Amino acid sequence: MPVSETFAKYDSEIQAIIAEVETIAPPVATIGRRSFLKLAGFAGGGLVLAFHLDTRSARAEDAGGHETTTLNSFVRVAPDNTVTVVSKGPEIGQGIKTAFGLIIAEELDADWKTVRVDQALINPKVYGYQGAGGSTSIPRGWDQLRQAGATARAMLIAAAAKRWKVPVSECTAASSVVIHTPSGRKLTYGALAKDASAEPVPDVAKVPLKTRAQYKLLGKRFTGVDNSKIVTGQPLFGIDVQMPGMLIANYTKCPASGGKVKSANLDEIKKMPGIVDAFVLDGTGNPLEVMPGVAIIAKTTWDAFRAKAALKVEWDESGASKDSLTQAAAKAKELGPQMPAPETNVGDIDAAFASGAKVVEASYDYAMVSHQQLEPQNSTAWWHDGIMEMWTPSQQSDRGLAMIISMLKLPEDKVIIHQTRAGGGFGRRLMNDYLCEAAAIAMKVNAPVKLQWKREDDFAYDFFRAGGYHFLKGAVKDGKLSAFQNHLVTFSADGKRPVSGGGRSNNSFPTDMAPNVRYGVSMMPLQVPCGPWRAPTDNVQMFVVGSFLHELSVAAECDHVEFLMNWFTRPLAKPSTQGPPPDLSRTFNPTRAAGVLKLAAEKSGWGKKLPAGRGLGIAFGFSYGGHIAEAVELSVDANKHITVHKITVVGDIGPIINMSSAENQAQGGAIDGLSTAMGLEIAVEKGRVQQTNFGDYPILRMSSAPKVEVHFIQSDFRPAGLGEPCVPPLAAALGNAIFAATGERVRTMPIKRAGYTI
Amino acid sequence: MARFNLEINGHQQTIDADPEMPLLWVLRDLLNLTGTKYGCGIGLCGACTVHIDGSATRSCQTRVATAAGKHVVTIEGLGITGLHPVQDAWIAEQVPQCGYCQAGQIMSAAALLAQNAHPTDSDIDNAMAGNVCRCATYFRIRNAIHRAAGEVRP
Repeated sequence: MPVSETFAKYDSEIQAIIAEVETIAPPVATIGRRSFLKLAGFAGGGLVLAFHLDTRSARAEDAGGHETTTLNSFVRVAPDNTVTVVSKGPEIGQGIKTAFGLIIAEELDADWKTVRVDQALINPKVYGYQGAGGSTSIPRGWDQLRQAGATARAMLIAAAAKRWKVPVSECTAASSVVIHTPSGRKLTYGALAKDASAEPVPDVAKVPLKTRAQYKLLGKRFTGVDNSKIVTGQPLFGIDVQMPGMLIANYTKCPASGGKVKSANLDEIKKMPGIVDAFVLDGTGNPLEVMPGVAIIAKTTWDAFRAKAALKVEWDESGASKDSLTQAAAKAKELGPQMPAPETNVGDIDAAFASGAKVVEASYDYAMVSHQQLEPQNSTAWWHDGIMEMWTPSQQSDRGLAMIISMLKLPEDKVIIHQTRAGGGFGRRLMNDYLCEAAAIAMKVNAPVKLQWKREDDFAYDFFRAGGYHFLKGAVKDGKLSAFQNHLVTFSADGKRPVSGGGRSNNSFPTDMAPNVRYGVSMMPLQVPCGPWRAPTDNVQMFVVGSFLHELSVAAECDHVEFLMNWFTRPLAKPSTQGPPPDLSRTFNPTRAAGVLKLAAEKSGWGKKLPAGRGLGIAFGFSYGGHIAEAVELSVDANKHITVHKITVVGDIGPIINMSSAENQAQGGAIDGLSTAMGLEIAVEKGRVQQTNFGDYPILRMSSAPKVEVHFIQSDFRPAGLGEPCVPPLAAALGNAIFAATGERVRTMPIKRAGYTI
Repeated sequence: MARFNLEINGHQQTIDADPEMPLLWVLRDLLNLTGTKYGCGIGLCGACTVHIDGSATRSCQTRVATAAGKHVVTIEGLGITGLHPVQDAWIAEQVPQCGYCQAGQIMSAAALLAQNAHPTDSDIDNAMAGNVCRCATYFRIRNAIHRAAGEVRP
């Protein structure tokens, strides 16, 4: 199975994307400058507390369609006291538009009822990071957004104090009103906005931020700022973009990734009704940008899809994927017993295995899966006046902007990207391939053009979560874990390191959590593109580790919660003295781990007597900054049909921003974990993905979705995000519950492979 | 191409389209009613659900010729005066995550309640079986349907 060199290059780009989204700059690093805020009035008499202006943002219009308002600011106040705050990042269902608004409004002391939240244009020079990955939107934006709100508030108070000729210290603010406490006089933000814009911008370091006890908004329940538009079907999503004269494109690539167009029946296609044009793109040869394919340009989406069905392409597959996951599974079995030179070796593991401890060996595996966000990929591109203007539901349009500038070799200010709401992301939209395709197509079309993928395209051209194989050996002595060995057999695109999302998860088993640890990684070649899928690496490896730890506690005849508590109480290695101090909020913390596990045990009724056929399983995961414990209670009948009665999720992610949204993420994350663990699998033969639509990819439906009870332990650690952390522990809790109910250990995902249904 | 008279949300519309064109794309691309969503194109996800003569119907599987002469209601026309109780309930229960499937979910729920004012959990499971929510807001959807039926649950 040769893997071409050019093809292998893209994987390192994907790994770079992951590293970029998961890296969080040290707190306050990005905005500790006095020049952070400077002022700019905007037409209409309001106040703009702008971070700075440039030509791109000046072209922006606000959500009301007024050309006068720029979007390079976080806070605007209109004369009627309406406060507009800007959400800089993409809304993909994680509730960030509402959360960002709340964080700014909290420090601004704005009246939430009159706050509106506008979506920012993509301009990293103004906003910094504008992606949504690694559950980092909140932790990355936390200081920046709070300071944006607090600084604006200070300027409004300063303006009021000046007007009243009183000391600033006698004034306070609440609900978009400044109050002179001794006299009771009041002025609205709207009345003060113009004066405030003339006030000097205070040094952010000297503007105090609220403590958790002072919060009026954060931690309460808020309905999403776009909910009224969602329930009435107003246009919000990328797919909803419509423009006069707009055409629709579809793009067909080789079903085996890496194939090139040899010939296509373009003349026939062009004659079909509603078809405007059809042409071949050679592409850049990079799956992250534009692979070779055939573009069909049509008047309507249906015309494009109908023509696609009639499209006949002969592919040159000499450089295309010939991968077979059936063959890979057989190969992995061969490799399993052959432990390679370990990449990690702590203590003396052979001595530990020989010391009379109880030794357990097991092998686990999990399938490749697909993202299948419900809004099929799309982007609209309009090449006009030397400008490439785009609308996209990307998760990482800031990177997309850089890609388009580089791919089209355009000056920076000649590419404009509007962020639309995205119908789900799950990591798929960290890639901007559909954005690049739309731009490449638009360069050849004299009109605005919306690239619209079919659902089937989303199956064929995903960046999949890689499957993997684990060969484990562990030992327990005196009720404690004494040795842990893990041989991961995974895939590689370049022969040097695991594919994106297929590497070892450091979170699933920190090496300092047992006295003797050995890790080895073997790799098999794979050309099918892989990428981040909601909680990359953790989402599979916590199934393996969380299940195997349960095997070990069972072997030790030890209560599993006690066993995990023992694990948590192991002293951690001393942090390195090299480099900057670590952000302790994003470090595994045994006390926080023990806290969530204890509460999950309590809330799930751990230890209660259950009837035959009913079982309770529990698992812990530290993932993407969140400490999460989950418990699953289920019954299994004689036909191996599973009924899940209840899922309990307990999380410590620091302070909660919007309790309703946080619970929604926890519920959705747990059910996504259940859905994927039970029934989802992508098969690949001859480089071709075998699944084509929801008929052979059975995402969980309502009748199988149990109640999910959510509890948070709020703390003063900096907040973590919540899009990902609640997915990983679920599969292990599920497998452990099946074991408790039946005595059978499930060591494969999807669990349906072991004969179970839900 | 043929000419069709459609009644959409109480308004008469005349359009020229191929008789085979699915109602979904007539709504979205010809009539600019983009609330009805494309999800799978083969009737498996429910994102494109509309009401045809009061029944929840997958518009991606409905030829425009079939819809002609019938009462079609889309998410944009569900609330005749203000919001429909199901839409109100969706906001009150704070159902959406990404929101993409919710128009279809709401149309299925409204059709269910029109026929069964007080559905049980099992009635809801059956009526909503054709609607996928990839974000898995199922529990809140269930609560919102009960709320719209006047039965608020904790």
